Amino acid sequence: MEPFEFVRPTDIQDVLVAIRRPGSRILAGGTSLVDLMKLGVEAPSTVVDINALPLSMISVEGDALSIGALASNSDVAVHRAVKQHAPAVGQALLSGASGQIRNAATVGGNLLQRTRCTYFRSRDWPCNKREPGSGCAAIEGVNVGHAVLGISRSCIAVHPSDIAVALLAVDAYVHLASVAGERRIAIGDFYCQPGDTPSVETVIGPNELITKVEIPITNLNATSSYLKLRGRASYEFASASVATAILRDGDIVIDAAVAVGGLGTVPWRNRTAEKLLIGKKLTQESILAFCDALFAPASATPSNTYKLALARGAIHRTLRGGAEW
Amino acid sequence: MKTRVRFTVNGDTIDTAIDVRATLLDFIREELRLTGTKKGCDHGQCGACTVLVDGKRSLSCLKFAASLEGRAVITIEGIGKPDALHPLQAAFIKHDAFQCGFCTSGQIMSALEVIGDPLANTCEAISEKMSGNLCRCGAYPNIVAAIMEVKSNGTV
Repeated sequence: MEPFEFVRPTDIQDVLVAIRRPGSRILAGGTSLVDLMKLGVEAPSTVVDINALPLSMISVEGDALSIGALASNSDVAVHRAVKQHAPAVGQALLSGASGQIRNAATVGGNLLQRTRCTYFRSRDWPCNKREPGSGCAAIEGVNVGHAVLGISRSCIAVHPSDIAVALLAVDAYVHLASVAGERRIAIGDFYCQPGDTPSVETVIGPNELITKVEIPITNLNATSSYLKLRGRASYEFASASVATAILRDGDIVIDAAVAVGGLGTVPWRNRTAEKLLIGKKLTQESILAFCDALFAPASATPSNTYKLALARGAIHRTLRGGAEW
Repeated sequence: MKTRVRFTVNGDTIDTAIDVRATLLDFIREELRLTGTKKGCDHGQCGACTVLVDGKRSLSCLKFAASLEGRAVITIEGIGKPDALHPLQAAFIKHDAFQCGFCTSGQIMSALEVIGDPLANTCEAISEKMSGNLCRCGAYPNIVAAIMEVKSNGTV
């Protein structure tokens, strides 16, 4: 591992100053960063350990659920307010990683975790995300797990997070702090598709720290759920996943949110497609029409086209209780 | 670069300057010579390096030792002695829950949390909760049986 400087500020202002150093990286749970540093994929000159900051609170503040950036996946997953107001978020967390990793991993770190693309994680291969301009080995390589939505000629790496998919379905906000002040961003605007610059993954600035995630408390979000399909029963990233929330008046849908994971270069949602469900019953036909609109921009390879069938099945299963498509 | 860090391992205070690149796993094995904790994959995939950090199971290969300021670490050496085994250790022997034994300390440190988890009350649920600990000998049914016995009876 490359040498680096290690600092452990105990005050948030000191952290915000420390992360202004070029080449600095924030260390929270370490489950992603330490691994990538061992692989040589990440080589920060300064590691800023933020574990001394008081950012692990989970609380209800007015009409929103607030989850501190340092709250562990384990603590968030079983928290009563999370189960009550955004069940998809707890379910997504429990479907991911292992017990050990969930204890260490944090919500802020989870949102910023890097792709599991094999070519990104090995310096033996070209990768535009790891080394801009070097090329993409996945497009012509083994891409059975790669993205079918939001891809570009530069990158087809899939976004790995489960919780980000659930947070997209419940319209969460990410709160950021820097020495210049604070701002909040809708999670739908937080991630960047790769385009020509796959190394730019979010709109977060180099000097910004995630402080918390905010989830609006709504009747719709309280109905949310998360279904994950994967190659083995546990401790595996999603082949396809879906976070759904549906409000109905009798049989008629009056509000709907459907986000999918495991398919996109970013967590994926299409509000125009969701409008196709409003005012309808959840029938095979209405869900088919929704899926056709949602997946219209998909571009699959022979190896990963199965993901579209998986995701359609997951959506049917979640919305109708059956796996027809 | 070295940095000063203070934490405890099995109740003993560590107060030392350590290489910031050292993982907790390498620190407890190489510096403290507590070699019960094993290095399997060294990338957070196998669970052999599981220890408790502040009472919660954690992968020591994915923690910088320098980041443990103020924490309490428990390793396999801290939970029982040859003449006074922890009930899980006794149950692993009784149920033949290992062959080569390389994954066993990680399995036991992970199971310590699972025996206190109210949701892990069936064999299927225990398997799910233990999925972060691989056993290449395939002793899984016996590992689950050992954990189930301690969960049910508290002792062996």
